[in-house]
Amino acid sequence: MTYIAKPKFHHPGLKKNELGYTHRDYEGKISTLCAGCGHDSITASIIEACYELSIEPHRVAKISGIGCSSKTPDYFLGNSHGFNSVHGRMPSVLTGANLANRDLIYLGVSGDGDSASIGFGQFAHSIRRAVNMTYIVENNGVYGLTKGQFSATADRGSKSKKGVTNTDNAIDLVAIALQLGATFVARSFSGDKTQLVPLIAAAIRHKGASFIDVISPCIAFNNHAGSTKSFDYVREHNDAVNRLDVLVGREPISVDYAPGTVQVVEQHDGSRLALRKLDADYDPHDRLGAQTFLQKHAAKGQIVTGLLYVDPDAEDLHTHLDTVETPLNTMDEQALCPGSAVLDKINASLR
Amino acid sequence: MSVQSPISSVNDFVVRFANVNGSGSASANELFARSILRHGVPVSPRNIFPSNIQGLPTWYEVRVTEDGHLGARGGVDMMVAMNPQTWDKDIASIEPGGYLFYDSTKPMPSSKFREDITVIGVPLTAITNSTYTDPRQRQLFKNIIYLGALCALLDLDPKLVEQLIGEQYKGKEKLLSSNVHALHLGRDWALQNLKCPLGLRVKKSDKVGDRIFIEGNSAAALGAVYGGATVCAWYPITPSSSVAEAFTSHCKKYRHDPETGKAKYAIVQGEDELASIGIVIGASWNGARAFTATSGPGISLMTEFIGLSYFAEIPAVIMNIQRAGPSTGMPTRTQQCDVIACAYASHGDTKHVLLFPEDPAEAFEFAAAAFDLAERLQTTIFLMLDLDIGMNHRLCRPLKWDDAKQYDRGKVMTAEMLEEGRDFGRYLDVDGDGIPYRTYPGTHPTKGSYFTRGTSRDRYARYSEEGAVYADNMQRLVRKFETAQDMVPRPLQANAAKPTKYGVLYFGSTSPAMDEAIGILEARGHQLDRMRIRAFPFHSSVASFIADHDFVYVVEQNRDAQLRQLIVNENGIDPVRLVPILHYDGTPITARFIANSIGDHQDHLKVTPLRKAVT
Repeated sequence: MTYIAKPKFHHPGLKKNELGYTHRDYEGKISTLCAGCGHDSITASIIEACYELSIEPHRVAKISGIGCSSKTPDYFLGNSHGFNSVHGRMPSVLTGANLANRDLIYLGVSGDGDSASIGFGQFAHSIRRAVNMTYIVENNGVYGLTKGQFSATADRGSKSKKGVTNTDNAIDLVAIALQLGATFVARSFSGDKTQLVPLIAAAIRHKGASFIDVISPCIAFNNHAGSTKSFDYVREHNDAVNRLDVLVGREPISVDYAPGTVQVVEQHDGSRLALRKLDADYDPHDRLGAQTFLQKHAAKGQIVTGLLYVDPDAEDLHTHLDTVETPLNTMDEQALCPGSAVLDKINASLR
Repeated sequence: MSVQSPISSVNDFVVRFANVNGSGSASANELFARSILRHGVPVSPRNIFPSNIQGLPTWYEVRVTEDGHLGARGGVDMMVAMNPQTWDKDIASIEPGGYLFYDSTKPMPSSKFREDITVIGVPLTAITNSTYTDPRQRQLFKNIIYLGALCALLDLDPKLVEQLIGEQYKGKEKLLSSNVHALHLGRDWALQNLKCPLGLRVKKSDKVGDRIFIEGNSAAALGAVYGGATVCAWYPITPSSSVAEAFTSHCKKYRHDPETGKAKYAIVQGEDELASIGIVIGASWNGARAFTATSGPGISLMTEFIGLSYFAEIPAVIMNIQRAGPSTGMPTRTQQCDVIACAYASHGDTKHVLLFPEDPAEAFEFAAAAFDLAERLQTTIFLMLDLDIGMNHRLCRPLKWDDAKQYDRGKVMTAEMLEEGRDFGRYLDVDGDGIPYRTYPGTHPTKGSYFTRGTSRDRYARYSEEGAVYADNMQRLVRKFETAQDMVPRPLQANAAKPTKYGVLYFGSTSPAMDEAIGILEARGHQLDRMRIRAFPFHSSVASFIADHDFVYVVEQNRDAQLRQLIVNENGIDPVRLVPILHYDGTPITARFIANSIGDHQDHLKVTPLRKAVT
């Protein structure tokens, strides 16, 4: 509860990362979500990923829309600026923030109502524009804060807690992100932190539009029999195509991997993604293949998770706009104002 | 029957061109207006166009005005009738004694003309077809040929027109010489076959001075460049699109790093107005100067974000180029109809700063100032233009910039200030002016971060639904709005030559028509003090101006007297003391309209004493 101050002291032996920060330095306020909420596990995974990457906490801007998921940025990275904006409009606010200062890390947190219904357009267009960001959807298939209405990602045939069957087709945000050119696309499960943490870390290191759909069961309104977003259902139908390790720096690739089972992807910033293949046929560099694979498995009722697509040579919006390296928000009149001599010339040309 | 004698006037008449949209007439017509300016004679041109790209009627009206009256006048002294679709209406709109210029290649029955006007036929199609074979060339040069004929008829100096063509086609010799050739084709035909010049004519003068000729949208965009805007997000909508387009072209010229060639700006065409304002809010939150340009329907879509900007206190600049509403309304017609919609945009208790420029020069100044105000006040600033200012070339004083000027970035707490141990409360009123400090994201590793939200929170940005905490914040926002009153451009007052009990309030594009109307009214014996409002919140001088007069006319271009409503509401003025003068048919307000409306009202006030029979 936010009115209970979180104690600042911690065990002196707590492990520190390269920058000398402990886990605690990446935490935020105490969550006000329901006990057992999948979103809290995602919060924990974000904290873990940022700690492992040794990110300076204040160099992250965390931006969200409205809903349970959008409240979570208050619960991690307490030394970062956060922005709980308008329902469905996180992507545009994030795009603007990113244009103003290209040097920060942008973490967009949203939900399925926020991104697949009211904000479907903004989700799509921020991906199309290749905004350099990590866009996480905490996907539970229901509106939690308004008590259990279906969202647009609820599967057709899925039952609500009140026993109503959903007759509308579901939107698969991963399929849409692939189609719209996202250069890093993953799906994971809030109940599988070992899969989720490296995916978040890799997405943060990716320069371009990274999208992660995290199935995150709603303990209060969508965790019953007949729901396709419950803990039990997702565990039973989870089909992970790969496991990921993120290697930053020069550390050698672990000898634990059996030969031929690991694919190494080098990203633009020098970080390497070691992909342990679970499905021998799955190629995360094949956008079209990924789309087909997803649809085939969805038809069989399986939820495909893992790193589904990555383009290590991705470009971002700043590349496309050819903006200066210096963040725009640091520029003053010296850099921006053409001055009176130029204005005199403009006046002369208008006579 | 008395014969109507042809109108005779030097440097004071209105020419209207009736064309078909997409026929390439616009550049020839603009050339006509500019060439009169080169004679030292002020002009005020206006596009009257449909919401259409090709085929529908369009008009271009040039008021030639040695006295410098830049408002629309009303009435047409010479019609250049190039559009058969609108022929009957066009002929009917000519003033008695006026002139009709038309293409006489095909004979017209006499019933198609009027007896009280002078008809000038030039076989434009015949001349064009005997000279050119290419259909596109025929179309374009026909426009230049009628321009040439008008040169002869109105006694324009062909050298000045040639000079302008030379500037327009500099470096494109072929186009240059062919245009000059076409000009002379028309001029020579007129000189040989018609009595030139007419009673209407242009005589060289010196009334233009150093003034410039620019569209308000382009000037506002230039103001954004000078004011340090780096992020622009927009969605196309008439009549505002040319703001973003002009900003793009100004930035290409003046905003590239000389060494790397890279852009010191980012322009995004959003998927809608919601995304556009979202991008502006995100960029401003992160410390960049950002703006969007839109019109009425866009404002409606943006209102949720505008409320966030007000409540979470994030700077934003919105340029609203007003057009006739409600709904889609008349997208290509002018009005001042979003005053209330912008002043109180969004749900809950909100108030926003509005700036009302009168012409492109002020659009430039106010646009640049809007960014200082937005960052100083940490809220949305509306720059309220309209189609009449935005999309027409207007003669105005040259744009000025003081190189010593530094941007006012407002109250921003830096890493150094945080290190010194300054108390940072995002919504803490440390100076008593209602304006708190903010920090940019990424400022300091352990100090100064906060969570921005549209929900209620305390002075230290902590979520709270406590009634007292909420009310405290809302009260501070009122204080902030009071602070704004003394920061925004003040009203300008001009008193009548003789003391008077009557005043008039007006704003924005009404300005030139109002100035002219004052002269007409004076001639009719009506004295009026006038005050031009330039911003909301209203400066205290507005209330005292009203108090100083028995009653005050409020002239505006909308149906519901929106500025009057705002004054009544915000200043607690008795509505009886404010007499609305309203023009809202989508055409620009004219001096004639103002003078007649106010004059009639004043005439009614005159009490004629009853004469009693003396017994």
